[in-house]
Amino acid sequence: MSSRQAKACIVGAFEHPTRKAPDKTVAQLHAECAAGALADAGLSKSDIDGYFCSGDAPGMGPTSMIDYLNLTVRHTESTDLGGTSYISLVGHARDAIAAGRCHVALITLAGRPRSEGSSGTAPRTRAGTPEAPWEGPYGITTVNGYGMVANRHMHEFGTTSQQLAWIKVAASHHAQHNPHAMLREVVTVRDVLDSPVISDPLHRLDCCVVSDGGGALIVARPEIARGLKRPVVKVIGAGETVRSARAGDVDLTTTGAAVSGAAAFAEAGVKPADIQYASVYDSFTITVLLQLEDLGFCQKGEGGRFVADGNLISGVGRLPFNTDGGGLCNNHPANRGGITKVIEAVRQLRGEAHPAVQVKGCALALAQGTGGNLATRHGSSTLILERE
Amino acid sequence: MSKTRVMPSPGSGPDNEAFLAGAREGRLLLRHCDDCGKTHWYPRAVCPHCLSSNTQWKPASGRGTVYSHSTMQRVEPPYTLAYVTLDEGPTLLTNLVDAGPEGWRIGMPVQVRFVPTDDGTPMPVFAPGT
Repeated sequence: MSSRQAKACIVGAFEHPTRKAPDKTVAQLHAECAAGALADAGLSKSDIDGYFCSGDAPGMGPTSMIDYLNLTVRHTESTDLGGTSYISLVGHARDAIAAGRCHVALITLAGRPRSEGSSGTAPRTRAGTPEAPWEGPYGITTVNGYGMVANRHMHEFGTTSQQLAWIKVAASHHAQHNPHAMLREVVTVRDVLDSPVISDPLHRLDCCVVSDGGGALIVARPEIARGLKRPVVKVIGAGETVRSARAGDVDLTTTGAAVSGAAAFAEAGVKPADIQYASVYDSFTITVLLQLEDLGFCQKGEGGRFVADGNLISGVGRLPFNTDGGGLCNNHPANRGGITKVIEAVRQLRGEAHPAVQVKGCALALAQGTGGNLATRHGSSTLILERE
Repeated sequence: MSKTRVMPSPGSGPDNEAFLAGAREGRLLLRHCDDCGKTHWYPRAVCPHCLSSNTQWKPASGRGTVYSHSTMQRVEPPYTLAYVTLDEGPTLLTNLVDAGPEGWRIGMPVQVRFVPTDDGTPMPVFAPGT
């Protein structure tokens, strides 16, 4: 496997340690993340010649942030697929590098939803979108949209709240080892079921945290990566899509991961059974379950049985996931968790995860995200990463 | 549920003026494409199936079944978000009224009703039907 060619490698990864930053601007958090990723890579600011960001970047996105960071770039791009954007941007940076448009690409994310009082129970329909007149009056939020997804999956496949709770239990087992995690207490299935129902069938502990913070990644040409005296993490597969509400042909039990995952696996030439570690977007427990099915880790409808009994716990189950504690326990900066999914996959491939959760000999990892709302329209991105 | 959530107005514009006029008369309208023959939701002037501009409004029966639902219980007053699959085919986002969170089942028959939003503009919701 290690002989597989890659057009680009992830050479820098940084997760901001803050989870609450009322006295910092969003641009400042972006800059602190950029500095952290450069230090992690052992590169300097002048090495960056490509910059990538998404809808969390203030002002005119790349124009404002390239100015704030005082970068000189040959290539830039902003893509908004919600929380998964940064997983897609790794693939886009890889493609830009392969095309010779840049050599060292910086991707940043930051936001302060915790300080700004963001809540998953607040309506999220954006004014001015074409769907707003048809959806805004009904009070669609994040949590009641995903509640509908969960209720439909339960109806079609017999999935239970106990099974969903196992996803949170596994995340909490990992978060106990992360000193930066917002929720470090190990919880049980009973704890999840006893927490208040927010929007049925989802309980408070089925929901991710709301945190300030951010992260950054640096993607570079393989020759540059090999000169940095660090484990080399190759991007060997990438896929993305947007799954629409299909003009009224609604199907809430399939996500875009069915498309983005198939593309990434085909490009990488590996199968789900080959993956040793998976970062899977966990805005809610049900989010994880649907993506695992659509990626092919189990059959459609089998997700409940697959995640139960600790199967996602590192050292216990068959598929260690979100060993940083994920969005459910650790961090969901800017309400956009995609970048943390890539960061923990890089830690695992470098052997730099916490020893209690490090997957032994981790050489092949996956990072999967969705963004937007699984109940309406959402982006999906899949990355497959390999240690050289 | 004693209190009922008052919905914010959808506002009005070229995409929904005729729909709202129908709603004021108690009629649920769907957008239909005369070129490809398909009906879609949410309504658009340009058909999302074939990109034809040859679309028009057609009345719907107002009958459907619950595709999925979720009741927001940590807000006051609680309310039920749902997808309803209309007898004509499309599934639309809406609210369910006249039953508590324990009263809803996927597959239940429902019937449209129009309720005023905060500026009086009516929007369709669904109540238990037969």
